[in-house]
Amino acid sequence: MAEFSLPKNSKIQKGAIHRATNAKRARTFSIYRWNSDDGKNPQMDNFEIDLEACGPMVLDALVKIKNEIDPSLTFRRSCREGICGSCAMNIDGTNTLACLKPIEDVKGDIRINPLPHMPVIKDLVPDLSQAYAQYRSVEPWLQSDTPPPPDGERRQSKEERAKMDGMWECILCFCCTTSCPSYWWNGDRYLGPATLLAAYRWIADSRDERTGERLDALQDPFKLYRCHTIMNCTQTCPKGLNPAKAIGEIKTMILERQS
Amino acid sequence: MSKSPKQTIMRSTLSQVRGSGSAKSGTAHWWAERATSVALVPLTLWFILAIYRMAGLGAADIAHWVSHPVNATLLLALILVTFHHMALGLQVVIEDYIHNDRTRLGVVLLMKGVTALLAIAAIIAVLKLAVIG
Repeated sequence: MAEFSLPKNSKIQKGAIHRATNAKRARTFSIYRWNSDDGKNPQMDNFEIDLEACGPMVLDALVKIKNEIDPSLTFRRSCREGICGSCAMNIDGTNTLACLKPIEDVKGDIRINPLPHMPVIKDLVPDLSQAYAQYRSVEPWLQSDTPPPPDGERRQSKEERAKMDGMWECILCFCCTTSCPSYWWNGDRYLGPATLLAAYRWIADSRDERTGERLDALQDPFKLYRCHTIMNCTQTCPKGLNPAKAIGEIKTMILERQS
Repeated sequence: MSKSPKQTIMRSTLSQVRGSGSAKSGTAHWWAERATSVALVPLTLWFILAIYRMAGLGAADIAHWVSHPVNATLLLALILVTFHHMALGLQVVIEDYIHNDRTRLGVVLLMKGVTALLAIAAIIAVLKLAVIG
């Protein structure tokens, strides 16, 4: 059965409080902390920092906390400009990228949790192995029997290329997948919005010649049809993409090919 | 696919997510859910309006109304579509929340049986009213 409450050892407790001294503009960051070594339950640590001495984004605050207050705070980050997808986390109740989320957009304390419903490795670092394997399972690369022209690349008209807009921009941060209740309940079988968007990116690619096989692989009550158009994916996408629409397009194509 | 926490899993993650592969089905179920819900809009409106207009009438008048071929046809259509839609929807709920494969198969079968019985009972009620009065 689905589980509706956290197991005992996952219940979140109150954690440490770090106060800022002589702060001109103090804000509190309430951050999920857990590590596998100390055997303790997860806890929310509060860090008060002075926004006068901090960059504008949530990631700036996290880096500041790690540099100046607690070097053990663990999170993924790389590009700090919304293209690598590393710093995906749940900020103020919504999955987003810490590097693209302005601190000023959050009212009150800034609550930061790891991406929901994934196993936690440490603090804000979730284990995304299953989501990556699901992405791998849709074979996200060009598959074609026709060899490319000897003198150059495979060609695409402007219209054909335009069909991939809104999909190639996906950075695989998995904000959408981990926001989806259907993925929470059935993530072992449902592929989730990020992977389905990626699958449709190759279905819609005019250069790919495996459209039928790709649709075959998705036509499954669990892999595809667990999508109940809840739309959390589209609402949360930090890149403004629409995975729900891509999933709808896949469903329509499968329906149309059999009637 | 359902895994018990005690089991040690050394199967690769890719193999786990590929699982038993695609069932190559689900489309008919998904499309029937949509089609039945659209069909239920006019049928339900018609039924509510008819009930509203018959408020206060006696049993004989209602039996006479049901015996009209158009009314009997629409009533049977309403019953078939409603119970079909109900079975489709409940199946999705069961699949969402029951993760043990064997239990899920059993519960879906039970639900479909109960739904079929309810539908048959409703159909017999309409036929009885329409034919015997």
